[in-house]
Amino acid sequence: MRDFIVPRRQLIARAGGLVAAAGALPLLSGCDAINDAPAVRKILSLGETMHQHSQRALTDRDALAREFTRADLSPVFRSNGTKLPQGAAYAGHAASGFADWRVAVTGLVSRPLSLSLADIRAMPQRTQITRHDCVEGWSAIGQWTGPRLGRILAAAGLRDSARFIVFRCADRIGDALYYESCDLVDALHPQTIMAWALNGAVLPIANGAPLRLRIERQLGYKHAKYVNAIEAVASLDGLGEGKGGYWEDRVDYEWYAGI
Amino acid sequence: MAGTDNAAPPHRVYRHRLPARIWHWVNALTLLILLMSGLMIFNAHPRLYWGQYGANPDYAWFAIGSTPDTGFVRIGSTRIETTGMLGRWTDGEGVRQAWAFPGWATIPTSYNLADGRRWHLFFAWVLSIALTLYMLWTLLCGHLKKDLHIRRAEWSPRHIWHDIKDHARLRFPKGEAAARYNILQKFSYIGVIFVLLPLMIFTGLTMSPGFNATAPWLVDLFGGRQSARSIHFIAAWALVAFFLVHIIMVLLAGPVNEIRSMISGWFRLPPERSAGDA
Repeated sequence: MRDFIVPRRQLIARAGGLVAAAGALPLLSGCDAINDAPAVRKILSLGETMHQHSQRALTDRDALAREFTRADLSPVFRSNGTKLPQGAAYAGHAASGFADWRVAVTGLVSRPLSLSLADIRAMPQRTQITRHDCVEGWSAIGQWTGPRLGRILAAAGLRDSARFIVFRCADRIGDALYYESCDLVDALHPQTIMAWALNGAVLPIANGAPLRLRIERQLGYKHAKYVNAIEAVASLDGLGEGKGGYWEDRVDYEWYAGI
Repeated sequence: MAGTDNAAPPHRVYRHRLPARIWHWVNALTLLILLMSGLMIFNAHPRLYWGQYGANPDYAWFAIGSTPDTGFVRIGSTRIETTGMLGRWTDGEGVRQAWAFPGWATIPTSYNLADGRRWHLFFAWVLSIALTLYMLWTLLCGHLKKDLHIRRAEWSPRHIWHDIKDHARLRFPKGEAAARYNILQKFSYIGVIFVLLPLMIFTGLTMSPGFNATAPWLVDLFGGRQSARSIHFIAAWALVAFFLVHIIMVLLAGPVNEIRSMISGWFRLPPERSAGDA
């Protein structure tokens, strides 16, 4: 007789298991099926388009991101993504203090350039203390120094046909070297700089040495690190899968990362 | 006259107009999606801070975390073990996970920040547009004045206390009084529509680096981006608390009648209490 008595807890657990098996799991996988449906994804991506157009409509082209003072700096500026690019080539550059690092400025420009760090530091500089917002949710405040990207593009003679600026990087994540892109509104924005210094010191490797993009009105993954090429293009179709960036192509992060 | 003996046809009133009913159900779905996709976004960085900045090296006033065997929630210096629920849980396939909120509570069910953001940032539009239209309707078409306006007599502490006691005794209004909102309902609905939901939208916008350049004053208003993120999280749970009380009240007040009235608009008035009932 005792064998037939099922402890109540066990019964509840079994019932719970049955409910989970019969109800919750198909329901949950049903939700994920909705998430994966191409039509749903297309509708959801309208949100990004609406955010981009409304922010652009409401915001002055040159409206600045908040600038802070040195008293506001994060005690430790967190690094994320690649912290040390792999490979002998980068290691060699790091060992020589990036003396031979070159940034190629190519594409739809009338005077392609190959800039050394000395060239970049010889240009007029901008120093700004801004807040870096990661897509994950954290923020850190740092001081950045470098020339405006707009000045570099002007030196190269940006052509009228250029619509986007592509950044190519020296860090490989999985299957590809990192890349990002932005439109000309952000490329020519006064706070968009190619930074070689953080908090008054030479940019650490973990934060993108020797040169990284600062694109202050967008999220962290747009701020390409270890930049060795800047390319002006008319369309993003030929770049990766065509969505404009490493994470955009791989996990469907928004290309417009203003929110 | 006891309710069961009442042979007369029940008195019905048209309680919820069509815009209110549409908004109610659109909002119910929208808030559910925003909550679940929001929990996914939180999973990407399950720590909250006060001020302008905040990242792993900085002090978090709230965190959900894990050790190899346990999950925990930490609020200030108080640590609560939540193994199996938060921080450390087992998914449907029996795999141990260390994300803050479990798969059944998030959209999508397995960690995917990009997709969580797609859902969240799309439905943020639905919430904002629907709330704006609803607010305009309440103001222009008299819903606010007719149903939600708190009359002078209702502000008296005695009246409010009386209503609190009635709620505590689960003694709900009968007859004509049931067709109107009582003072606690008015406080709740006004609080949700005009305080909590706008707070969610504005703290959400404050987390947008693009919108910070549009409206820097919002960052000042909330004391920094990370403060806005903390307030967004707290206000989300205040909405969950509203939802729970709302559901309990619907269940206690007669779920069929209440839900039907939010679908068709027609509400069946509960019969007046007889002297013996009171």
